[in-house]
Amino acid sequence: MNTAHPETTARYSFTAMALHWLLALAIVGTFVVGLYMVSLPFSPQRLKLYNWHKWAGVLILGFSAARLLWRLTHRPPASPPTPAWQARAAQGTHLALYGLFFAVPLLGWAYSSASGFPIVLFGVWPLPDFVPVDRELAEALKPWHGWLAKGLAALVVLHVAAALKHHFVDRDGLLGRMWPALR
Amino acid sequence: MIRPMLGLSLASALLAAPVATHAQARPAALQAAGSEISFTTRQMGVPVEGRFGRFSAQVLLDPKKPETGSVAFTIDTGSARFGSAELDAEVPKATWLNVARFPQATFQSTAIKATGPGRFEVAGRLSIKGSTHSVVVPVQLAQAGATSTATGAFTIQRLAFQVGDGDWKDTSLLANDVQVRFRLALTGLGPL
Repeated sequence: MNTAHPETTARYSFTAMALHWLLALAIVGTFVVGLYMVSLPFSPQRLKLYNWHKWAGVLILGFSAARLLWRLTHRPPASPPTPAWQARAAQGTHLALYGLFFAVPLLGWAYSSASGFPIVLFGVWPLPDFVPVDRELAEALKPWHGWLAKGLAALVVLHVAAALKHHFVDRDGLLGRMWPALR
Repeated sequence: MIRPMLGLSLASALLAAPVATHAQARPAALQAAGSEISFTTRQMGVPVEGRFGRFSAQVLLDPKKPETGSVAFTIDTGSARFGSAELDAEVPKATWLNVARFPQATFQSTAIKATGPGRFEVAGRLSIKGSTHSVVVPVQLAQAGATSTATGAFTIQRLAFQVGDGDWKDTSLLANDVQVRFRLALTGLGPL
């Protein structure tokens, strides 16, 4: 039996890393654009950013679906030994992150449809509306999209903080499983 | 009509031929319920629908002799609504319809001809925001009881009417084509 230490051999696959970092970039970028665009007055810039934000949200949904499928069909590398409460907290955080990867874009999509602005991906492909045009529904959905996006941002911060703690405090090689440059 | 005016109005009616020479063409009445003028713009490919809440029409038409008829519309530009608070606040501004300076858009027919059973082609002059252009509008007419319903759609180019200036002239952001649709319920129109 191979007893090699996890920090030297057990890493995520190239596909898992690519999906992780692509999604990380897309989520941070889309979140920042979302925070900024709502402050703009009616302008071409606002219109562009709203549409880019929506397109990015659809891409996030697609990446997340691919990532979930990959995760369900591939065993992740073993993590270094951690206290049970930390393992449970990590598992809970990951579950919530995956849930929000879907919930936040879907709420945004529903809000957009309900407001009477269907999503046309890249300005070319019209996406279906899964809720009717309904201004009251739109107003009800709007804050949830924002709250859950901020919840997702908070979990991302927690996720990054935990990874950095493992790397700089515990020095247990956990970060090397997902950080391409670390072995 | 006041009697002394009759001679004058008859003379002007004859001068305004062929419209007024056809005795059967009485003005039809536009019924607000069942009438609608809506339009679709495209923002980065996204269709966004609006409508005009207030408009009036002067329809003088014998469907059997459409070439003698005339149609005129007046639309209150201030009644344009998208149903989005942001767009509804935007559209009266000078960049768009400039409601303060051009409170009304008008259409005046110049020629009407039949193109098939219950189908007509209405050519006319459309004035929006101080610009006037010729349009040809296909109209389908259906009658049920006392009500005649005219429906149709046509496309205009917003930039021809200076709707959306400055950065908004970019048609990749906001398409030049605007589709206009109408459904008009009329009473008092002659039979098809």
